[in-house]
Amino acid sequence: MSGNLEIDFLASSTRALGDAQLRRNFRRAMDGLMAKHAAVFPDPAEWTRLRALGAAIRAKNLLKLPELLEQLEKNLTSNGITVHWARTTAEANQVVLRLLEAHGIESLESDLGEYIIQLDGEMPSHIIMPAIHKNKDQIARLFSQKIKNAKYTEEVDELTAMARAVLRRKFFEAQAGLSGVNFAVAETGTLCLVENEGNGRMSTHVPPLHIALMGLEKVVERLEEVPPLYSLLTRSATGQAISTYFNLISGPRSGGEQDGPREVHLVILDNGRSRIYQDPELRVTLACIRCGACMNHCPVYTRIGGHAYEAVYPGPIGSILTPQVEGVGLRHELPHASSLCGACAEVCPVQIPITHLLIRLRRESGHKLPGSTVLGAGEARSGLEALAWSVWGWVLGHPRVYRLSTWFATRFWRLLPAGAPVLKAWTRSRHKPRAARRSLQEMARSKGVPHV
Amino acid sequence: MKCTMGHPGGSPLREVYFYATCLVDLFFPEAGMAGIELLQSAGLRVIFPEGQTCCGQPAFNCGYWEQARAVARGQLALFPKDIPVILPSGSCAGMMKVHFPELFHGQPEAAQARALAGRVFELTQFLVDQLDLKLEDLGQPVKVTLHASCHAQRDQGVLDQPKALLRQLRNVELVPLARERECCGFGGVFAVREPGLSEAMAADKAEDACATGAELVLSTDGGCLMNIGGTLERRGFGPATMHIAQFLWERTHVR
Repeated sequence: MSGNLEIDFLASSTRALGDAQLRRNFRRAMDGLMAKHAAVFPDPAEWTRLRALGAAIRAKNLLKLPELLEQLEKNLTSNGITVHWARTTAEANQVVLRLLEAHGIESLESDLGEYIIQLDGEMPSHIIMPAIHKNKDQIARLFSQKIKNAKYTEEVDELTAMARAVLRRKFFEAQAGLSGVNFAVAETGTLCLVENEGNGRMSTHVPPLHIALMGLEKVVERLEEVPPLYSLLTRSATGQAISTYFNLISGPRSGGEQDGPREVHLVILDNGRSRIYQDPELRVTLACIRCGACMNHCPVYTRIGGHAYEAVYPGPIGSILTPQVEGVGLRHELPHASSLCGACAEVCPVQIPITHLLIRLRRESGHKLPGSTVLGAGEARSGLEALAWSVWGWVLGHPRVYRLSTWFATRFWRLLPAGAPVLKAWTRSRHKPRAARRSLQEMARSKGVPHV
Repeated sequence: MKCTMGHPGGSPLREVYFYATCLVDLFFPEAGMAGIELLQSAGLRVIFPEGQTCCGQPAFNCGYWEQARAVARGQLALFPKDIPVILPSGSCAGMMKVHFPELFHGQPEAAQARALAGRVFELTQFLVDQLDLKLEDLGQPVKVTLHASCHAQRDQGVLDQPKALLRQLRNVELVPLARERECCGFGGVFAVREPGLSEAMAADKAEDACATGAELVLSTDGGCLMNIGGTLERRGFGPATMHIAQFLWERTHVR
C-alpha cells in the first residue's frame, strides 16, 4: 500500500458511508464489543490500577528496548530459535520466502476470519476480527461458492465445521507454519502467542518449520510482566477474561521430544519503528499491544470500518501509526479522521494518549518542526490553509476586530448564503446556524455585568 | 478558592471570572447570560472580562499552534486575579485546563498557563462541585434528555454534574439517551473537513435523541447543540435543543 498515490481517505470513507450493509454490520459488532468491554472491566479501580501497570510495563520495556532486543536474541539463539532482522517489510518477506523456498509455497490463512477474507480476496478490516465487516449470511454465500462440495447453510456451527474440515487437512499437509508474536520475553527467549481457535497452536507445532514474525517493539523484559499485559489484551480486545489458547514457544523440538517443529525462526521487523523510537513524544505509539479496543470504541471506525483507512492498522491506532510508518505527507488525511472525541485514549489499556498524538501529527504534516524525525514532515503544507489560520488568528487576536466582526455577524449573518465556502459543508445535512441579534458581550454590557 | 472581596453586609462575597467562548457569544448569548445570572443568584460577583474572543482551540486542534498561541496569549492575560474562571462549555474549559499548558510548554507564558489551568471550571461542574447549588423548579412538567459532550466528560470529568442539577428539578423528567457518551460528530473543524463522517455521526445522534421521546436535548456545549440541533431542524421533527445553563435558569426564575 505504501507509495500508492491513489490513497484518498475522503473518497474511501464516503464509499464506506454509503454502504448500508457495512454500516449495520459494524454498528452491531462494535456495540456488542463495547458492551463486552464494559462487562469485563466492571471495577473502575481495578481498571485504573491494571492499565497503569500495563502502561508502566510497556514504558519500561520501551526505555530498555535496545538492550532487551539483544538479550532476546541471545536467549532465543541459545533456545535453538534462529533470529533474523528485517529493516523493511520487503526484507521480512524475503527472509520468509527464502526459508519457504525448499518447501514449495502455497500459503493459506488458518485463522477463521483471515480464511474467510482470503477466500473473498479481501484485506482484514480489523486487527483482531479481520472479517468483522461480514455477517453470517454473506459468509454463507461465500462458502457455498468457494468451498468445494459445500452446501448452503446459515448455521454458524455448520459454517465453522466446513472451514475446520478444510483447514485441518491443510495443517497436517503444511510444510511450514507462519505466526505473529504477541510478546517476546527477553529473559527466557520465549515467544507468546494469544489466540482462540487453536490454529495458532496447530501451525506452530504441527509443521516441521515454524517462522514467527514480530515488530521489534513486542519485547518484554521479564516473564512476570506478561500476565498483566495478557489480561489487558484479551479483556480489551474481545471482552474475554482469558483467551482459549495461550502459547509459550521456547524452541524447536529437542532430542527426546515427539512433536513440535524441527526449526523455529523469528523475523524481527523494524519497518520505521526505530525512527518512531527516536521521538520522545511519539515513542509511546510503540507501547500498543494491538488489542483493537480503540477501534471498537471509535465513532469514526464504527461508521466506515477498516478498509476505508487503506492501511494494515485501521482505526485510531492506525491513524497515528500509519502516517509515522508511511509518511505524514502521504497519509496526512489519517490524523484528521477523528473528531478528537477521546474515546480511544480513554479505553487504551496502556494509556497511549492517542488524541494528543493525532494533533501532533496534524502539526507535523503541515510544518517542519525543529529537530523533527517524522517521515514526510511538512510535506502536506497548504499555503492557503496556513493563510486562513493566520487571518483567523489576527481577527481573534485583536478583541476590537473581533467585536467588530461579531457586530457585523449579529446584524448581517442572515445574508450569508448557506452555500458559502466552508458553510456549505455544514449545511449539506444541517440547518444553517442562527447568529444571535446581539452578542453576549453586548448583552452583558447592557445589563451592567462588571468587566474588572 | 479564596474570598477576595468583602460583601457590603459583612459576609464575604466570592468573585469569579466568566469566559463566554466565541460560540456562546455569537450563537447562544442567552445561555451565556443565564450562566452569569445563575452564578450571581448564588451570591457571586461575576466578572466578565473585556477582550475575550476565543480560546484558540480550532487552530490548536488543526495543528496550527503558532496561530492558536496568537489568540490564546491574549486570553491568558484576561484573568489576573487568582479566582475561578468559569466557562459554559466543557470543550473550551478543556482547552484552557488541559491544552493551554501543552500549547505554552517551553514558552514565556508556560507558568501562567499552568496556574490558570488549576482554576478553570465548566459551569455545571462549578455549580455542583464548588457551590453545591440548590435549585427550585418553577416550570411545567417536561421530558428532557442529555447529550454528554466529549470534552466535558473526558477533559473535565463532567458527566454526573449536569444530571445532578436536572434531578433537583421536580417537574423535569430526565430520560436516558442511548449511547449518551458517543460523540455527536461536531469536532469543530472536523464537521466541515470530514462532512460525510460528521453528518453520519450527527444523524445517528439525532435518531437516538428522537427515540427518547424527550421534548428537549440539553448539553453543556454549544458545538454539540449546534450540530444536533441543526441536524434535527433539517429533518423537521424531533426534540428541540437548548444549552443546559439556559434551561436551568429559565426553570428556576420567572422573568
